[in-house]
Amino acid sequence: MRREIPLLITGIVGVVFVIQYFIPHYPFNQLNNWFSDWFSIIAACAIWLGALNLLKVSANKIYRKREDWGFSIVIIVCFLIITIIGFAEGEGFRNIGTKFDWLYQYVYTPLSSTMFALLAFFVASASYRAFRARNFDATLLLVAAFLVMIGRVPVGDAIAMKLHLPLSIYPSEISSWIMNVFNTAGQRAIMIGIALGIVSTSLRVILGIERAHLGGD
Amino acid sequence: MIRLTIGNENPGCELFIIGTRGMVKLLNFIAPLLLCTVLAGFAVAQDVILPSETNIIDSAMVAPDGSLPLGISNLIVRDNPNDDGNSIWLVWDKSPDDDLGKITSYIILRAESREGEYSRVGDVTSGTTEFFDNSAVDGVEYYYKIAAVNSLHDNGQLQWEMQAQSDPAGPVKSSAQWFDMRRFNVFIGVIFLCSAILYFISKAKTGKELFIRKIAGLDSVDEAVGRATEMGRKIFYVPGISDMDNVQTIAGVTILGRVAQLAAEYETWIEVPVCKSLVMVTAKEIVKEAYVKAGRPDAFNDNQVHYLTDDQFGYAAAIDGMIVREKPATIFYMGSFYAESLIMAETGNAAGAIQIAGTGQASQLPFFVAACDYTLIGEELFAASAYLSKEPKLLGSLKGQDMGKAAILIFIILGLILESFNIFQMSNWFSVR
Repeated sequence: MRREIPLLITGIVGVVFVIQYFIPHYPFNQLNNWFSDWFSIIAACAIWLGALNLLKVSANKIYRKREDWGFSIVIIVCFLIITIIGFAEGEGFRNIGTKFDWLYQYVYTPLSSTMFALLAFFVASASYRAFRARNFDATLLLVAAFLVMIGRVPVGDAIAMKLHLPLSIYPSEISSWIMNVFNTAGQRAIMIGIALGIVSTSLRVILGIERAHLGGD
Repeated sequence: MIRLTIGNENPGCELFIIGTRGMVKLLNFIAPLLLCTVLAGFAVAQDVILPSETNIIDSAMVAPDGSLPLGISNLIVRDNPNDDGNSIWLVWDKSPDDDLGKITSYIILRAESREGEYSRVGDVTSGTTEFFDNSAVDGVEYYYKIAAVNSLHDNGQLQWEMQAQSDPAGPVKSSAQWFDMRRFNVFIGVIFLCSAILYFISKAKTGKELFIRKIAGLDSVDEAVGRATEMGRKIFYVPGISDMDNVQTIAGVTILGRVAQLAAEYETWIEVPVCKSLVMVTAKEIVKEAYVKAGRPDAFNDNQVHYLTDDQFGYAAAIDGMIVREKPATIFYMGSFYAESLIMAETGNAAGAIQIAGTGQASQLPFFVAACDYTLIGEELFAASAYLSKEPKLLGSLKGQDMGKAAILIFIILGLILESFNIFQMSNWFSVR
């Protein structure tokens, strides 16, 4: 029964979800919203499982004095500070001017932005590796990347204008052509494959053929 | 209020010239202001939608000659098709004066009988020829009129307004439909694809061997786990940042089962840091089961699968920190990823880990290709479970999927030929609404 009941629920919900896409009549038109609401409620309740797990793992690390256990103290202290302040400030904890808002604006947001900003450096290092002209494919990639980049900045067209090149071979035009033809074609091929893969996986899950996500075959 | 009816110039239309100076004076003397205020207050309190002619307020100017617009024609009212009811679709030919700039808006009027009192249900700007009345009640008969409006505003104040109303159209009733005909093409596609998958699954059950092309990224799973064993270091498995309602996450945790079993057999530590609580619960169950299957249930540690944070960049920062400190030998990224993909993959690359990634997020694939050793591109992620298990039923579904791909390929080639000859009908079959 431990396997059969989840499989049955998955099957029924899966079929209902497929059907509701084609039926605009009530109650099918509401099912998507209802299921989404239920999922949000379950996920919101489950967040405590995650939070408690985080505390347990961190506390365990500190207790056993494992390597880098100092970071676990930082995790627990930060967790407790933000949770206590959030609860202490009650319903309006997200209002502007609250201590929670201060932490959000001046601690969380800069940290988050810092991580996001790192992406620029990672893009540069990854591009450097990918665009090294080691073979024909990599050289093709390098040339295409150069053309797209030069076409996306005003200086590209400015140079073309100075050289009196025909409008059709301006870097911006070539860049658009590469993006609209080759890139779009490749992206669409991948998207079609993904869509078919999703249908196939969903069908396997609905029919109970795929059971690995339930913890076993 | 002065009401004129124009018969010859614009049959079927009524003209309203409202709010002359004389009327203002007349109202000042005759109309009891207090009574008006009470009535207006009553109307607002009852949420009454006043008929169009009573909506028109006093003006400071008289409408110039020739400002009377011509009305609209061919008003058609229908139940809005393929919807969940309570909606009526109106379509009309715009007034000939619309292109001359004499129309400022169209007002939609509705009544429950042809000669009844028409109330305003909405308005649209000039040039518009369609309106959806979403305030209709299913089963109730309605009649509609469209008033073409020419008006002048000065500093937000209405100076004068003239309307030409169409003949009423109707009756019409709204109702909900049991099948959305706009999605009939999707229905056919789903039936075809599901039939193909089911056919090949049943064929695979009979024992017929199915050929599946090699997927380098999945063939290297053994090698990647073996490398971690040889180096005596950990394996990290990152199942993405989406929750269990995402198919990519389901595909990701499905592969986790095979990888965890292999790690258990090789006695290598696998760690699964997750971003969502529900994924944690699922992944924990899967890893536990994998250890049982490998015959090493005692080796399973509850802390192998642990939660970090729901926050996207917080999660990326935590993973980066773990990679830098613990230097895993192998890292798997399988699931749904966004901007954090490259942040994690580049850190793993710098740490010298062998990395295998798989995602259905087309925009993140170039990042993984650049930073990882092997990348499962889109559909390969969904095929991984079948490929690794070699179970006939699962392999059969891949074959069915390939049939769908072949059908799409045929239609693309056919469409290419037809569109080259200016025949565009076929592409309409594939539009999805």
